[in-house]
Amino acid sequence: MVEFSLPANSKVKGGHIHPGPKDAKSRKTFKVYRWNPDDGENPSLDTYAVDTEDCGPMVLDALIKIKNETDSTLTFRRSCREGVCGSCAMNIDGTNTLACTKYIADVKGDVKVYPLPHMPVVKDLVPDLTHAYAQYTSIEPWMKSSTPAPERERRQSPEEREELDGLWECILCFCCATSCPSYWWNGDKYLGPAVLLQAYRWIADSRDDATGERLDNLEDPFRLFRCHTIMNCTKTCPKGLNPAKAIGEIKKLMLDRQG
Amino acid sequence: MSQSYEIIDHTYDVVVVGAGGAGLRATVALAEAGLRTACVTKVFPTRSHTVAAQGGIAASLGNMGKDDWRWHMYDTIKGSDWLGDQDCIEYMVREAVPSIIELEHYGMPFSRTEDGKIYQRPFGGMSTNYGEGIAQRTCAAADRTGHAMLHTLYQQSLKANAEFFIEYFAVDLIMEDGTCRGVMTWNLDDGTIHRFRAQKVILATGGYGRSYFSCTGAHTCTGDGGGMALRAGLPLQDMEFVQFHPTGIYGAGCLITEGVRGEGGILRNADGERFMERYAPSAKDLASRDVVSRSMTMEIREGRGVGAEGDHIHLDLTHLDPNVIDQRLPGIAETAKIFAGVDVAKQPIPVLPTCHYNMGGVPTNYHGEVLTLRDGDPDAVVPGLMAIGEAACVSVHGANRLGSNSLLDLVVFGRAAGLRCADTIEAGAKQADLPSDGGDLALSRLDAARHSKGEVKTAALRLEMQKVMQSNCAVFRTGEVLQEGCDLMDDAWAKLSDVGISDRSMVWNSDLVETLELDNLMSQSQVTIRGALNREESRGAQAREDFPDRDDDNWMKHTLAWCENDGKVTIDYRPVHMEPLSNDVQAFPPKARVY
Repeated sequence: MVEFSLPANSKVKGGHIHPGPKDAKSRKTFKVYRWNPDDGENPSLDTYAVDTEDCGPMVLDALIKIKNETDSTLTFRRSCREGVCGSCAMNIDGTNTLACTKYIADVKGDVKVYPLPHMPVVKDLVPDLTHAYAQYTSIEPWMKSSTPAPERERRQSPEEREELDGLWECILCFCCATSCPSYWWNGDKYLGPAVLLQAYRWIADSRDDATGERLDNLEDPFRLFRCHTIMNCTKTCPKGLNPAKAIGEIKKLMLDRQG
Repeated sequence: MSQSYEIIDHTYDVVVVGAGGAGLRATVALAEAGLRTACVTKVFPTRSHTVAAQGGIAASLGNMGKDDWRWHMYDTIKGSDWLGDQDCIEYMVREAVPSIIELEHYGMPFSRTEDGKIYQRPFGGMSTNYGEGIAQRTCAAADRTGHAMLHTLYQQSLKANAEFFIEYFAVDLIMEDGTCRGVMTWNLDDGTIHRFRAQKVILATGGYGRSYFSCTGAHTCTGDGGGMALRAGLPLQDMEFVQFHPTGIYGAGCLITEGVRGEGGILRNADGERFMERYAPSAKDLASRDVVSRSMTMEIREGRGVGAEGDHIHLDLTHLDPNVIDQRLPGIAETAKIFAGVDVAKQPIPVLPTCHYNMGGVPTNYHGEVLTLRDGDPDAVVPGLMAIGEAACVSVHGANRLGSNSLLDLVVFGRAAGLRCADTIEAGAKQADLPSDGGDLALSRLDAARHSKGEVKTAALRLEMQKVMQSNCAVFRTGEVLQEGCDLMDDAWAKLSDVGISDRSMVWNSDLVETLELDNLMSQSQVTIRGALNREESRGAQAREDFPDRDDDNWMKHTLAWCENDGKVTIDYRPVHMEPLSNDVQAFPPKARVY
């Protein structure tokens, strides 16, 4: 008989309700996951009402407004506010995305905001990404060339360079990895779509000579082949990239070299 | 005080504070040199704001036509309005070529020419033959060059096995008798305090764009290194020179690269007129940023702004080949769509001059060593302390930085600082014990803020400061408006002691982080606006309507500004280095600056 038990702190309780300004012209309700490691309590879902007429258009604008004006204990990462740094990745309205490029108006009904799924939570909306970063390091994401560096740049034709488009733009927000059921269950060993996209970025680079070594590193029942083409990664990527396609390319190369 | 917090001690040869382009490039150089190095950063390295740089990085590679580092040097000096130090500028432009080739060898995904070389685009103020023609000098990875560079440098630091302390917030320097001995930091992840002892501390903490209400900078651009230097009793240099980028998106403030104009984009007023032809007949839309921002502001003031309020300008790309947009400018097409709701192929982008870059910072020589004025010596080195990148003022940008010279500054001086450490310090050398009160400044400040119960919210006071700086110390300035701004800043300063926060925890207490950051922003805002009031001339980004001309007789000098704990600012000066580093080029004496 299998025994199931939920991990500690996984049951979310109802939380504080902040009614917001009385004279709000256009009231939108945000339900935000809260968890403080200090108090030993289970997580809660706090409710904040925001006047969207008096707020920027993005979910991040609302979170900042809540932090600035209503509840300065609300904790989340943010930096560039223009979709390039990857700090504010979170689960909004059921989808992993960047809070800074997600329009409030695109959410019907209450805006539910949770941390990226299936990652340990440090506090509120701040997930612990240490493991994902270590997986990134494990693919040795740097150029490996077998020829000595020339005096000037290594030549690369525009067509060869185009092979990198859709790969090098990844901002390591890990929206994709944390949307992938396979990564949820086997994230300890499966590298996940973000890291595999980066692995392919180097395989695809005409200047890199380590394709064989890179494929060897992925040849394993888990690291690459736990991808079951579920495609959540591609569906959720806030930068419009296609990690599933990159993974498919790596799988093809694996099969090709088996002959 | 130190008894109430557990302190974890570390000893390194070098500690780098910050993991943007400059901090990472220094970290790579230090790790490669075999020095035991810690890179301490408040955000994961690839989230640093270097990631948002778009247009490119300048170097006279000559891939698109003849080029010469001397032309690049002249352009940079002219761009700086002759406030840049010519020896440092020579160093930067000569090191540019090997530095960019090195980035390419690291794997940076530059865009390419047909023959496979690094693609280079025109940029503002970059000319051939000392101002005669338009140079194509700015090396680009589409319009995401900063992203490409930052990720590449992070990858190299992984390759070099560098040690990172990620999401550690640097609180204050540890100083002893005028020497920097280390830095006190706070690990946000578990709330512990970490005291780093090192032979050298390198500040690579970026600019303080968030002193202004509307800026292209990230929320994290709070100039923490500048704030720490001021609290350590050190001066900052040329802080009155704040660059307003001509094309921030109206409202959102997000950057639209100058590369758009480099690829043929045009600024238009309400009449649809290409007004830059009137202000800069030769360079037109590719004049220096200060010139373009002032011209746009004049158009708006004279009633030719666009929009319902007539308060912004249009950046028109509708005439560009769609392939140019797809291949060279995909990022700004995306940004314009998201933040302005504009399809750049069909509609112009609404833009406005937006606070973008701090030419000022911690004064250094071209090795990255921090300088101060001591016993009449304007080039006295502060032992143990270095600064690089936007946090520093070398000064290669003088009164106005040229676009694509900032990414260059990061790699050239990040590398230079690493090389200097390799030359001057011994790996693993024994270090004296830290003074027993060495971490007290940091801990007392942190503890006081953490338990503060005042009436003023951090966010409210920050907003008050940002609005003062925005309305009283922006593109055009007058003595009267600046004096009013100084008074308002003093009012804001007085409220610092009445700040109260709600979060008392030590784990990821961003309420406390923002409060410590506010200290850094406030002191730098103070020296910025006081410096602007003090400098009675117009030069580069400092445009005084009451002193419209450059005054080389009285003001060809760097401002040094100190800020006391009570907010009082003291000002002195350093001479500008007018001589180049070598005999391979002659000095460029000042002349009228016309584009």
